[in-house]
Amino acid sequence: MAQLEQAQAAVDPTFHLVEADDHDHETGGATLLGFWIYLMSDALIFAALFATFGVLSTSYAGGPSPREIFELPLVALNTAILLVSSITYGFAMLAMERGAVRTTQAWLAVTGLLGASFVGIELFEFGALIAEGATPQRSGFLSGFFTLVGTHGLHVTVGIIWIVVMLVQIGQRGLIPANKRRLLCLSMFWHFLDVVWIGVFSFVYLLGMLR
Amino acid sequence: MPESSIFKTIFGRLTWESFPVHEPILLVTFLVVALLGIGIVAAVTKYRLWGWLWREWFTTVDHKKIGIMYIILGIIMLLRGFADALMMRAQQAVAFGASEGYLPPHHFDQVFTAHGTIMIFFVAIPLVSGIINFVMPLQIGARDVAFPFLNSLSLWLTVAGALLVMVSLFVGEFSTAGWLNYVPVANLQNSPGTGPDYYLWALQIAGLGTTLSAINMVTTIIKMRAPGMTMMKMPVFTWTALCSQVLAVAIFPALTGAFALLMLDRYIGTNFFTNDLGGNPMMYWNLVWIWGHPEVYVLVLPVFGIYSEITSTFTGKRLFGYSSMVYATVVITILSYLVWLHHFFTMGSGASVNSFFGIATMVISIPTGAKIFNWLFTMYRGSIRFELPMMWVVAFMLTFVVGGMTGVMLAIPPADFVLHNSLFLVAHFHNVIIGGVVFGLFAGMQYWFPKAFGFRLDDFWGKIAFWGWVIGYWVAWTPIYIVGLMGTTRRVNHFDDPTLQPWFVVAAIGAVIIGIGILGFVMQIAVSIKNRDKLRDVTGDPWDGRTLEWSTSSPPPAYNFAFTPRVHDLDAWYDMKQRGYRRPQGGYRPIHMPRNTGTGVILSGLALVLGFAMVWYIWWLAALAFVALIATAIGHTFNYNRDYFIPAGDVERQEGERDRLLPAEA
Amino acid sequence: MSSADTHLDPAVHAHGETQGHGSKRSYLVGFGLSAVLTAIPFWLVMADPLGNAGLTAAAVIVIAVLQILVHTFCFLHLNTQAEGGWTMIAYIFTGVILLLTIGGSLWIMYHLNSNMMPGMMTGQTSYAP
Repeated sequence: MAQLEQAQAAVDPTFHLVEADDHDHETGGATLLGFWIYLMSDALIFAALFATFGVLSTSYAGGPSPREIFELPLVALNTAILLVSSITYGFAMLAMERGAVRTTQAWLAVTGLLGASFVGIELFEFGALIAEGATPQRSGFLSGFFTLVGTHGLHVTVGIIWIVVMLVQIGQRGLIPANKRRLLCLSMFWHFLDVVWIGVFSFVYLLGMLR
Repeated sequence: MPESSIFKTIFGRLTWESFPVHEPILLVTFLVVALLGIGIVAAVTKYRLWGWLWREWFTTVDHKKIGIMYIILGIIMLLRGFADALMMRAQQAVAFGASEGYLPPHHFDQVFTAHGTIMIFFVAIPLVSGIINFVMPLQIGARDVAFPFLNSLSLWLTVAGALLVMVSLFVGEFSTAGWLNYVPVANLQNSPGTGPDYYLWALQIAGLGTTLSAINMVTTIIKMRAPGMTMMKMPVFTWTALCSQVLAVAIFPALTGAFALLMLDRYIGTNFFTNDLGGNPMMYWNLVWIWGHPEVYVLVLPVFGIYSEITSTFTGKRLFGYSSMVYATVVITILSYLVWLHHFFTMGSGASVNSFFGIATMVISIPTGAKIFNWLFTMYRGSIRFELPMMWVVAFMLTFVVGGMTGVMLAIPPADFVLHNSLFLVAHFHNVIIGGVVFGLFAGMQYWFPKAFGFRLDDFWGKIAFWGWVIGYWVAWTPIYIVGLMGTTRRVNHFDDPTLQPWFVVAAIGAVIIGIGILGFVMQIAVSIKNRDKLRDVTGDPWDGRTLEWSTSSPPPAYNFAFTPRVHDLDAWYDMKQRGYRRPQGGYRPIHMPRNTGTGVILSGLALVLGFAMVWYIWWLAALAFVALIATAIGHTFNYNRDYFIPAGDVERQEGERDRLLPAEA
Repeated sequence: MSSADTHLDPAVHAHGETQGHGSKRSYLVGFGLSAVLTAIPFWLVMADPLGNAGLTAAAVIVIAVLQILVHTFCFLHLNTQAEGGWTMIAYIFTGVILLLTIGGSLWIMYHLNSNMMPGMMTGQTSYAP
């Protein structure tokens, strides 16, 4: 078929496209790919943080070691919350596909609340650690720990704000194409944070307890 | 007591002592800058240009105008960076034995730090971004980039970063820790002043812009190519831009991460890069060089693309070995990520690590060498036209090869133990960056200037600029190679050994000759603007070009192409000309375009305020700027009305205007 | 806003169909798999059935990689068709860079520490006085 096209072009070259056919040049089509590339670069920020944490992971400087400060049940609870929030976001996307505005909003709200409880528990954990004297300033290990886990938590917070904004915007305009596109981006963002969290609980908490 | 604490709350650590009124050099500089600034503001006000500037330039989302503004930023910052270079050369030419020179160490340290930072982040990156921004969408037959608003934001964030660096000249001080702000010098305990903070905030703001811009360019190249332009029919410049920007997306996170951790160290007292409590300063070097080495290729790859386009155009031949050129570019992209340790062979990682990174570094010279041969074979038996762009290409090939050779020398770990931190290294990277990147940027500016403005650049002053740069480069850097090989170390403001002085005097003369080259370039632009009617090009294709950007008018209309081109071959425009292409005379349709917005300027202004407030510990202002930043960003997402249609009548009028000017094609 | 606006956007559908949203089944399968893949490593570490730290660590790492892949394909719906394969290329490229960044840094810094600060190499014992 390509050959045919080429042969045709050689006989009667058309050098222009009629504008109505021009779909690829709509900016909308690029948004999802662009956002995906942004996520990749964000993943590499986490790579830098993981690398730093890895290098400093035994630099206790006489301070507490992971075994002395990590509360695995709390981490397990938080992991479960984030995992459930992934599936509730999935339900929101399925509802969006059906065009069900109310259901989409409801699942988004549930996802946001789960995210908020995740951040809440994380802040509680940080508070308890700081109260024990295991502050970010105490050792290289703790600096790396707080920064890596905190950066993930900051991302979740941004995700929650984004969910709130989307709830308002869906309320104002419904599931118009622009809003659907944004929900797709937010979906990638939210699931991406889940992937990062797998790295955090496996490499920071679980491997930390084995050290 | 209460009075001073109120003062502290309002102004943070900013006091009268922060303004360097006691330093005559800075005072004079400030007066000159202030007078120039007042002059420009007065002129703009007198000719009532504020509205025009705001509507047509500051708020524009047109990739061509954004590209031009990037280039203007790069040229202005080049003047600043070069002023720093002259100061260093003057100091090192006189400071021997009993003479201390005129720059005390603390000031000298700021000068070399500012020089390196500005030349890479605010000259090379904006110039490369600017040329990619202007040329690439035209080459792929697109009407704009994938995310026009993001493009405007990226530009203004870069401008905000540059402004913050400039502010540090007159309020407080700049970093003294080298162009990558090395710890432990940049740690709070060693540099309690504002220097490293200015550096970190300026580069985080500008770096965000660069990352966003890179994401934008990659998406544009992938998604918005004209129909028929498969990957292997893409112009070489677009290919190199793609690889360069992919690399930028991959590496800037490491830099952002490293800077963020250093900020945490300096602001809340964490221990990432400190010397106690488990911190590890070498980890900072590791992270910044994960960024730093590939960054060289982010800059040089698009420039290789520029050389390729010019060589092929001015020899009137298709580029020799197009596909090998593409593969070489891709291989360099990946290899460049495997060599970062060669910047700190002497750190002590041992033989196994050093040999791996040494060999990887040498391997990179293979694809680079392949490129040089491709250009030579393109020129071989071609009918070469030695116009200005082509002259820069030849100068590049002769100069760059030497830099590449010394690079392979430095890649040998045992040799590096001798040459590390010597002036030999400094001469090497100036050789590749001036001889590679800067020459290429000048070649590109000479080549595409007629496309951007509709008239050619003046030849006489262009030759002055060319010879100034080329002769100046060799006169300035050959002696530095020599003293470096003899063991002279870098970043020193005074030498004990007077026998070195002649070399440094020659180097200073070389710097002055480069200065003539820079002046020649400025004159070239001024003279060309003055004689623009004589230099006018109405064809849109002054060099007999081969790629799509030459198929449209000069300067191109806002919509670039009245009809989206359909591509059948590599060198699409050459192909169209060969097959007797005729411009369509009607049938225009309305064109869908993005609307201008001032949000990018506003967000960047707020980022600048945030950076300044954080540098000076003015917490209330920082909080205010931060909240305003978030609110503006969210507010912007509530604006759904972001595009409009250029009516078919307007398109017809503009295209008709062009038809009238094109005599041959009636 | 108007009814015309709620029509399916061709751009979203032509390019994003397989990316970002999938079927109910893929979400449920993904959820089930990741629940199991989360529970196992926590159990391995908390109950210590293997009794060997090195073996447990290896298992945790392998399971983490598996779970990342599950999330990538079931929740992020990555596949070779979407966006002409560019999302997949970007993902693999990022994976390579990520491994180079982390692996390279650890390798370099480990050798640095063992060469330059042999006293610091024992992680368990603190070297502070």
